[in-house]
Amino acid sequence: MSQEKEPFAFHSKIERNVTLLLVLSLVVVTIGGIVEVAPLFWLQNTIEKVQGMRPYTPLELAGRDIYVREGCYLCHSQMIRPFRDEVERYGHYSLAAESMFDHPFQWGSKRTGPDLARVGARYSNDWHVEHLKDPRSLVPESVMPPYAFLAETDLNFKDIAAHLKANADVGVPYTPEMIASAEADLRAQATPDADTAGLLKHYPKTAAGDFDGNPQRITEMDALVAYLQMLGTLVDFSAYQPQDNER
Amino acid sequence: MRYGYPAIATAITALLALLVSAISPDPAFSTHFAIIAAVLLLGSALLLRQINFGSAPVPAESGYMDGVIRYGVIATMFWAIVGLLVGVVIASELAWPILNIPPWFNFGRLRPVHTSAVIFAFGGNALICTSFYVVQRTTRARLFGGILPWFVFWGYQLFIVMAATGYLLGITEGREYAEPEWYTDIWLTIVWVSYLVVFLGTLVKRKEPHIYVANWFYLSFIVTVAMLHLVNNISLPVSWLGAKSYSAFSGVQDALVQWWYGHNAVGFFLTAGFLGMMYYFVPKQANRPVYSYRLSIVHFWSLIFMYIWAGPHHLHYTALPDWAQTLGMVFSVMLWMPSWGGMINGLMTLSGAWDKLRTDPILRMFVMSLAFYGMSTFEGPVMSIKSVNALSHYTDWTIGHVHSGALGWVGMVSFGALYHLTPKLWARERLYSLRLVNWHFWLATLGIVVYAAVMWVSGVMQGLMWREYDSNGFLIYSFAETVAAMHPYYVMRMLGGLLYLIGALIMAYNLFRTIRGDLRQEIPMGAEAPVAQPA
Repeated sequence: MSQEKEPFAFHSKIERNVTLLLVLSLVVVTIGGIVEVAPLFWLQNTIEKVQGMRPYTPLELAGRDIYVREGCYLCHSQMIRPFRDEVERYGHYSLAAESMFDHPFQWGSKRTGPDLARVGARYSNDWHVEHLKDPRSLVPESVMPPYAFLAETDLNFKDIAAHLKANADVGVPYTPEMIASAEADLRAQATPDADTAGLLKHYPKTAAGDFDGNPQRITEMDALVAYLQMLGTLVDFSAYQPQDNER
Repeated sequence: MRYGYPAIATAITALLALLVSAISPDPAFSTHFAIIAAVLLLGSALLLRQINFGSAPVPAESGYMDGVIRYGVIATMFWAIVGLLVGVVIASELAWPILNIPPWFNFGRLRPVHTSAVIFAFGGNALICTSFYVVQRTTRARLFGGILPWFVFWGYQLFIVMAATGYLLGITEGREYAEPEWYTDIWLTIVWVSYLVVFLGTLVKRKEPHIYVANWFYLSFIVTVAMLHLVNNISLPVSWLGAKSYSAFSGVQDALVQWWYGHNAVGFFLTAGFLGMMYYFVPKQANRPVYSYRLSIVHFWSLIFMYIWAGPHHLHYTALPDWAQTLGMVFSVMLWMPSWGGMINGLMTLSGAWDKLRTDPILRMFVMSLAFYGMSTFEGPVMSIKSVNALSHYTDWTIGHVHSGALGWVGMVSFGALYHLTPKLWARERLYSLRLVNWHFWLATLGIVVYAAVMWVSGVMQGLMWREYDSNGFLIYSFAETVAAMHPYYVMRMLGGLLYLIGALIMAYNLFRTIRGDLRQEIPMGAEAPVAQPA
């Protein structure tokens, strides 16, 4: 059989030329990403229109950083799927809007423990603190590691304004005023009976007070519990119209 | 002093790392750089002393650059054991949570150590060292770049140490399989680009007109991983002297970028790269040509084209728009075909050589690897169907699927390659013992079967328990009850992993004795079969 009749004769050109092989294989692998991922950044209906979303308070953001640091996402999802059992177990299915300020997203991929997307305001602060310190004292079947050290570690928040600034730079709507008052807002949220007027002006619907049962110190436990207690509490579902957000 | 300049460069980098450690206000960052400085200092001391391992004579250089591959073989073996050991540890933590040691050895910090050690340390070293070997043999050219391959090797080891120690300190970006923070990512980028330069440079100066199919896969793996790594890790550090950074993307976009990366870490790191390995070592070990040249062309281009689209199947029924989910599912199902193209091409290469399976446990490993590749690339498309995924997502079924691919396909093909390479690289007559290879083969196979079967059962059970209703329309099980039901499966899963680890330890011993130049006196494989007597 002559070369011309070989169905893959053209391929010998590619496999004799490094540049051609390199460029073609790169082009082939970029197509999928361009068609599938890129539109999410400009299709307007990717993120639903909702009421109530606000950026994390400085204390919640610090708590979220601890959540990421400890790898909580490896066992807990934050993404409720629209199935009857999940909605009954965990609450309204998750919306894209609810994680629009999440850098990075923490939807998770595994439920060794339950979903946490709407764990906020379901349990008391005391329950969370006790559960984090010794999970099996409250849930005997639990396989969660203990996190008692969080209650003994002072929260390092002297650079919290820089954290807000970095978030603002990647698109979270923190105003210069919010960044400037980050440290004050953090203290106001974690201290019992503090003046929270400024905090609530910047971050409506924020629960403030002592979270870890020790009002003398602001610990990592304060921050993590503050974060857990706000999860899923922001969006006003009485005003949410699913049919307006068909995608 | 042959290694003078590298030693000096390493020492200077160590001092710089120490300086960064001293001036950083972030305690975790400071500790991390102190560790990095210590590792680099140790490295420069080793370079200065040029320690010679082992007493057996070092084989003469063959014209190919094999020194770095010999180190690669040892590193692959070492990281395999580390990765598997950490796997057994975290499996035990799930079975017996009392084993968690906060804060450094809690499950949440150790789990990325396990995944990174297996995928990037064991898998990455296997890919780097075999690609260096294969590209030289199939182009008949010495590795390009002078000392650059050594930089790739040691730079990559440093990346692994930086990543793993960072996780234990709580330094993570919180993105699965891409946990290292921004400075570790930058370091990996430098190493990876050097790797690409070495590989491409060697292809450019090849003495064969055609580029062999294994190299297409290796090249595509290197290039695509570079693209995935760069895009997925775009993030803004809070401070140039601090560990923490925030991803440039958020929420739903971040999720799809991450799983576009995550699934193609599977597709290109764990599949395309290892197919490259398969395309060289299976024909070599079987001493047969690749079954079909046309099939390799068709399945190479379709595989790399389709894999990229499959990411959204990790996000079924989430807040990701439906059109993206459906697109991801369709491509994932189609991906079944090019995947099986690779399996068929590998298995059919054994046509006319199947009898060797009786006497060659290394070939047996390659065949088992291809069988697991075929099985998990069938299971994957099934799990990517939305209605199946509704049950399997968030459960241990996914973990079982991943491990049948990682232990079965990636592990077995790498072990086969190591067994093939070691006697050649150290110029030994043969392996120390083929019987031990056979032990390794059976322990590993049994380990995978136990592991995967247990995770399938527990995963399906978990998914069914979560959604089970009684006749009055109430959910039957609390979440805690479903956790309690997992316990016996978690214990069995740990035992399956342990079997696999023991197999790897036997391999390490076998390779160590081979490198030392020992030969075990044993009955050859297959010789105990009854021999037909003349009438």
